[in-house]
Amino acid sequence: MILGAGTEDSMVIDVVFWTISVSIIVAALAVVHLKDLFRAALFLVVAFLGAAGLFVLLRAEFIAVVQVLIYVGAISVLIIFAIMTTREVEQGNPFNRLRAPAMTLAGLFLAGVLFVVFATEWNILDVAIANGTFSADTTQMIGETFTTTVPRIAALLIRDYVLAFEVASVVLLAAIIGALTLMRDR
Amino acid sequence: MIPEIVLWLIFFIPLGSFLIIAGVIRPFFNRYAFAAGYLTIAAMASALVISIIALASVINEHAGIEYAAHRWLDIGPMNITIGITLDALTGIMLVVVTAVSLMVQIYSTAYMKGDKGYARYYAYMSLFTMSMIGLVLASSVIQIFVFWELVGLCSYLLIGFWYHKPSAAAAAKKAFIVTRIGDFGLLLGILYLFFNQDTLAASGLNSLIVADVNTAAAAGIITSGVATWLAVGIFAGAVGKSAQIPLHTWLPDAMEGPTPVSALIHAATMVAAGVFLVARFFPLFEASKEAMAAVAIIGGVTALFAATIGLVQNDIKRVLAYSTISQLGYMMLALGVGAYGAAIFHLFTHAFFKGLLFLGSGSVSHASGGTFDMRYMGGLRKIMPWTYVTFLIGSLALAGIFPLSGFWSKDEILAHAWGNGDTVSRTVFWLGLIAAFMTAFYMFRALFMTFEGEFRGGAAKDPNAEAHDEGETHPHESPWAMVGPLVVLALAAGAIGFIVNPTTSLGIVPIHWFTEFVSGHLHHETPEFNIPVALISSVLALAGIVLAYGMYGVKRSAIVSPADMGRWFRPLYQLFLNKYWFDEFYEKLLVKRVFYRGLAQGLDWSDKYLVDGLVRVIDRVGKGTGRVVSHLQNGQLQGYGLGISVGIVLIFGIYLAIR
Amino acid sequence: MNLENVLLVGAIVFAIGLYGALTKRNAITVLMCIELMFTAVNITAVALSRYVIPAAIAVNPGAVPETAMQSLLTGQIFTIFIITIAAAEIALGLAIVMAIFRNKESVFVTDATEMKR
Repeated sequence: MILGAGTEDSMVIDVVFWTISVSIIVAALAVVHLKDLFRAALFLVVAFLGAAGLFVLLRAEFIAVVQVLIYVGAISVLIIFAIMTTREVEQGNPFNRLRAPAMTLAGLFLAGVLFVVFATEWNILDVAIANGTFSADTTQMIGETFTTTVPRIAALLIRDYVLAFEVASVVLLAAIIGALTLMRDR
Repeated sequence: MIPEIVLWLIFFIPLGSFLIIAGVIRPFFNRYAFAAGYLTIAAMASALVISIIALASVINEHAGIEYAAHRWLDIGPMNITIGITLDALTGIMLVVVTAVSLMVQIYSTAYMKGDKGYARYYAYMSLFTMSMIGLVLASSVIQIFVFWELVGLCSYLLIGFWYHKPSAAAAAKKAFIVTRIGDFGLLLGILYLFFNQDTLAASGLNSLIVADVNTAAAAGIITSGVATWLAVGIFAGAVGKSAQIPLHTWLPDAMEGPTPVSALIHAATMVAAGVFLVARFFPLFEASKEAMAAVAIIGGVTALFAATIGLVQNDIKRVLAYSTISQLGYMMLALGVGAYGAAIFHLFTHAFFKGLLFLGSGSVSHASGGTFDMRYMGGLRKIMPWTYVTFLIGSLALAGIFPLSGFWSKDEILAHAWGNGDTVSRTVFWLGLIAAFMTAFYMFRALFMTFEGEFRGGAAKDPNAEAHDEGETHPHESPWAMVGPLVVLALAAGAIGFIVNPTTSLGIVPIHWFTEFVSGHLHHETPEFNIPVALISSVLALAGIVLAYGMYGVKRSAIVSPADMGRWFRPLYQLFLNKYWFDEFYEKLLVKRVFYRGLAQGLDWSDKYLVDGLVRVIDRVGKGTGRVVSHLQNGQLQGYGLGISVGIVLIFGIYLAIR
Repeated sequence: MNLENVLLVGAIVFAIGLYGALTKRNAITVLMCIELMFTAVNITAVALSRYVIPAAIAVNPGAVPETAMQSLLTGQIFTIFIITIAAAEIALGLAIVMAIFRNKESVFVTDATEMKR
């Protein structure tokens, strides 16, 4: 049994979910449409925090923490820092001439994805558990998996995905060196 | 019976000589270049000894000796072999090649003395002898072709031996290119065999082995029509190599090479390779009447035609060159009328007396300071008696005077042609008879101009001579190394005709031994010695000699002056003097007009406007498209992003649509 | 709250991010929009990880081995790598924007057209 499973059907969870979702969408629109770059950056932070909230609802607490630490804590600060440095804080966020085609394209893309989302017969975990497809042991193991994600992710990262993990570290190193090279005073 | 390895030695000894000279003596010990000459002579002598043993072995066996072919290359179902054919023809050719080669090498030690390319000369000579031996020993068509081209290469190298002389370089190129035209025909013939081996393979024969091809032709596996084309292809190669019409133009120019080279390659051996080739494929030729007729007619016409040109040449070597062409025509004529034995017999005798005559001309030129122009010779009889006597014997033999060797061989050809009785044979008989008269005339014209009368100054007077001595030229007899081979060859030229092919049994030598021996396996009847034909040809030859004496032999006041003759027969004289304008025809019309202006310029035009045009169109299309499309590359990053996104959405859409 | 709803949110955010990335002239905004797209992808991945039965489990639901459990977390692992890459990307992207700004006194993408034909 997944911890908290079933409570998702409750009104409270739905209200929380939709609140967070709407705020993410509104924040995203604000990022795009606000003329004030600084405020746009702040709304980006709102969107990131909302995403972290969604992660919590989705039983991915570790990801939620990472999201807050990296996106809200590091990336947002970096972006705001860049905005302050470029001195185009106000009136600095105009559109180019591609609005109409980009809008159409984004709409088409959205329609396509939504078609896929709603046309697919998803094989939902909760439904399978409710139908008793799995044995009691399996159900319990699934529940344990979602409640103890951190050690499991750690084990996966340094065992099964160790190559990708190491490559990621090299990518980060390269990014650091690249950024330093670009910004160095010549 | 001679083991195969010993036969290979005949081939490998000259090869070893070549390798040692070219790889050791010339690059490292060029100061001791004389060693190259002695090495070559030793090699030739040993090759001659083994060749004689081989010939004796064939005589003892009364038939060709079969050796198993060695597998060389297996390509799919086809296998190319190398091996040795030892039959009467091979045995005789081996002896001829090595014997004449030995004489020429001895002669060359004196003739080439002091030449800067002495070692190179002997390297080429060894290489040539090796190739020629390889050619006569070859049992597979591929082998024949390889050595055929190798002797062509040696001919090229030796004609252009003095490559610093522009005329020699040009003559070498001409020889190579003109013979190449004929070789193309040979190659086509070989390619036909190559691509049609299934026909022969069905009967268990290998189409790339000469003997098998001949067996197939004799047995009718190769049909007459195919045999015609095959024979014509092979004959084209022979025409090029043996300088028959219309590919004869290279041989007179080949006289630019050193005289011993002319004697060995362009008189005795290599040019006879064409005759040898036809003889080698004789059953194939016999399978096609048309091919035989073509061989006979080309040979007959060449015999007469070359003799007419020989009448008016002033260069002694060119007289001999045209004489060689004419005599090779005789041999072809003989093969064409089916006188196989007679053809080889004439090849055999001709090799000795023509080699002798060339060496004699070299001796004469040596004496008179380097010129070959007979107008600047004369009166050499008393100064160089040895050369004179041997040259006289050679001339008599060539003219076909009884009882010298040329008489027997030439007569047998004519008797055979007459005895056949069909139209082609009769026609070529008359051609040959007229040529016999002319042969006697031009040979004795040369003899008289060279040896009789007063000495006319030699090279010092000749405006075209290469080496001008200081002051006058003092003629002298040549050294023993040159005279010796002349004497040996003169003995051979004089006696060998009757000894090897007597008209009556000579005790150990049975009647018509040579002809029977050579053509025994072909089961030909040898015609009886035809006294009327012999008489007529002898009378004609004597008449030629007498006419030559009348015009050139009598001192000062000639009975019939050459100038008068020139006036009376002015058109003919001009025709002969200009060699029927063959060179002009090839050079000015074929090469310059047809090939250069017609073909080359046409191709040039198509290259410029069609090929290049196409390339230019492609270039413009690419450039234009690029210019138009490059407008999309406007530096607007988000435009690119939009393009990428459109692409992704398109792929997404297509995937959804065809899912 | 169910899978479709979460995916709907993710898709909308992604579309907004795409629209912004293609239309905003300010390079920093473009980068922010790209971050939005990353986040949308992360939401989608985590949602799929939470709701959809992985193939390793679905193949034999009667007897699922314990080792198959880790495939439930594949989406989360993906997300971690995406976050890593996003961090690297934003660092480099901002560095490039700053470099361009230093040279051209402008952070507008439309002004950086040196690479045009």
